[in-house]
Amino acid sequence: MPLETAYARTIDFKWQIGDKSGMRPAGKGPLESLYFTYPRFAAKPAPEQQGRNLRHQVAIVGAGPVGMLAALMLARQGVASVLLDRKQTFNDGSRAVCLARQSLQILQQAGAVAPFLAKALGWRRGRSFYRGHEIYRLEMPHADSVKYLPMYNLQQQYIEQFLNEAIEREALIETRWQSEVIGLTNVPAGVALQVDAPDGPYRLHADWLIAADGARSSLRNLLGLRLRGENYEGRYVIADVRMRHDYPTERRAFFEPRANPGGTVLVHKQPEDIWRIDYQLRPEEDADSAVQEAEIRRRVGEVLSEIGHVGPWELEWWSIYTANTLCLDDYRHGRAFFIGDAAHIVPIFGVRGLNSGLADAQNLAWKLGYVLRGLAHERLLDSYSPERRAATLDVFANASKSTRFMTPPSRGWALMREAALSLAISQEFVRPLADPRQMRPYSYAAGPLACFADRDRAFESGPMAGSACPNARIDDGRFLLDLAGNSFTLLLFDADNAHATQALIDRLRAHDPALEAIIVVGGEHQTRQAGAVVRDRSGEVGRVFGANPGTVYLLRPDLHIAARWRTFMDDEIEQALRVCLGKEPAG
Amino acid sequence: MTMSFEQLETVYEMMAQAIDKAGPARESLFLAKLVLLLSHHVGDDEVVHDAIATALRDLPD
Repeated sequence: MPLETAYARTIDFKWQIGDKSGMRPAGKGPLESLYFTYPRFAAKPAPEQQGRNLRHQVAIVGAGPVGMLAALMLARQGVASVLLDRKQTFNDGSRAVCLARQSLQILQQAGAVAPFLAKALGWRRGRSFYRGHEIYRLEMPHADSVKYLPMYNLQQQYIEQFLNEAIEREALIETRWQSEVIGLTNVPAGVALQVDAPDGPYRLHADWLIAADGARSSLRNLLGLRLRGENYEGRYVIADVRMRHDYPTERRAFFEPRANPGGTVLVHKQPEDIWRIDYQLRPEEDADSAVQEAEIRRRVGEVLSEIGHVGPWELEWWSIYTANTLCLDDYRHGRAFFIGDAAHIVPIFGVRGLNSGLADAQNLAWKLGYVLRGLAHERLLDSYSPERRAATLDVFANASKSTRFMTPPSRGWALMREAALSLAISQEFVRPLADPRQMRPYSYAAGPLACFADRDRAFESGPMAGSACPNARIDDGRFLLDLAGNSFTLLLFDADNAHATQALIDRLRAHDPALEAIIVVGGEHQTRQAGAVVRDRSGEVGRVFGANPGTVYLLRPDLHIAARWRTFMDDEIEQALRVCLGKEPAG
Repeated sequence: MTMSFEQLETVYEMMAQAIDKAGPARESLFLAKLVLLLSHHVGDDEVVHDAIATALRDLPD
């Protein structure tokens, strides 16, 4: 597309993105935080180093949030994994900050959501300012009937800590810190990794490999793979400061602020009185000078006075980045799957990096789990890359728009942005141009597992096949998706023939023994039912799903809708399940 | 639906004065804002796309 390439540099990405890793004030060590104590994980001798000949089902390289989530989701499927990381602790600095609603649902499935809800700051609003005028109010849709807020702010090291705590409770996951993969060989039906650890090198054999080793992925290099795409020229400094600052948790964007004429400033609140300040460098500014501590303090101080902060503040951490839209051509390479930043690098605007990575981990984990448990055909794994790479490309399309708004690449883009912003002071119609286009869950409707599209089109409302299943409060105060597990879920509305329902459930459980059946009963319907019964006296659940009596939804283990039927069609429902298990191609 | 010649001439005169009022440093911004506003009022994207292409034609070197 000419718009995408005309102003961004097309690059063949090797491993250096030009971004510096995080920096801290003089006299502080790289992990010396004002508020977070980084643990130090010892390297334990690996069984392989003691002469044991092991074959792991799954090796995951990279114990960042995405790799840790993959391990947890596999464990929910009953699949063991070994998780390797060359570091001895969590990633430094706060890096990713925003978790989207869908990610909270994923964390719930992983059995890890409680500490996130206790610590993270939920939010749904934002404000954009232009030369001191408030020109846009972001208000993300939310209703009390929905379980999680649209966004939660939480520093990445807490995200990693909470996931690691869940992992430490999990017998199926063995984490090996200080273990760096330095070689990779394909062996029949598996891989052999050369691992360098404090007690010496060893070889590790696994049937499947998950590369979750981040933007600078060494597995990508070992396999000779390249990220391709575009690099945008606008540069942002991100800095975390600690201060007592009385303002709600909202996203604030300042266009043309006094503190940074010609540039943009973003402000986000995080737990522990930590505030994230992002400011754009002007084109003539030198990046090396811009990240000197004195210059960071000067610029951050100007931003803080712009937002009306008067008290003291402490500098915690800072970094610099440019926006990239880069990804692998294929997220699968033989027995290796790439997830998270190892597979794709996305611009920061719109909270897409971490949230996309968590969705990758979830998508891959259920498929790999079902294959390894013998419930799905191995060809199901072929659907991982098409589904998640398409999600990445969708993210790129949105991210490119927000990146061009946040960092206009030429005079034309800059002029039109200023025209829109200055018009927005008085004209409502133009204000959505300042919308940050936050990440939304992607629909797999065009993917290889999509089936029965004509049945989907027969609905007048409700969530479309392929999309992430919405949640809804049910009569006992819980939420509908609390009843779904980590297996397929059959959602039936007012199924009045308990006998036929039970027969269908039996047929489906021959494929997936753990399949959940949820029967939503409206009104005063009183027959004995074959599954978990949800009372829906208000009709709210039925409305959310556009359901009639007899309507059926089949949910995948990742809580995306596999297919839906307005009326009970047992043969087709079983066929859709077979498609989602790779047992037959989508018709 | 087009305007009469007299109406168009009035727009011509108002635009000349408005561009002078915006001044050389702000005239582009003024014109870009005007395009967004008028596009919103026209409400027909094809008309606007054609107008953009027509205005871009025959620009002097």
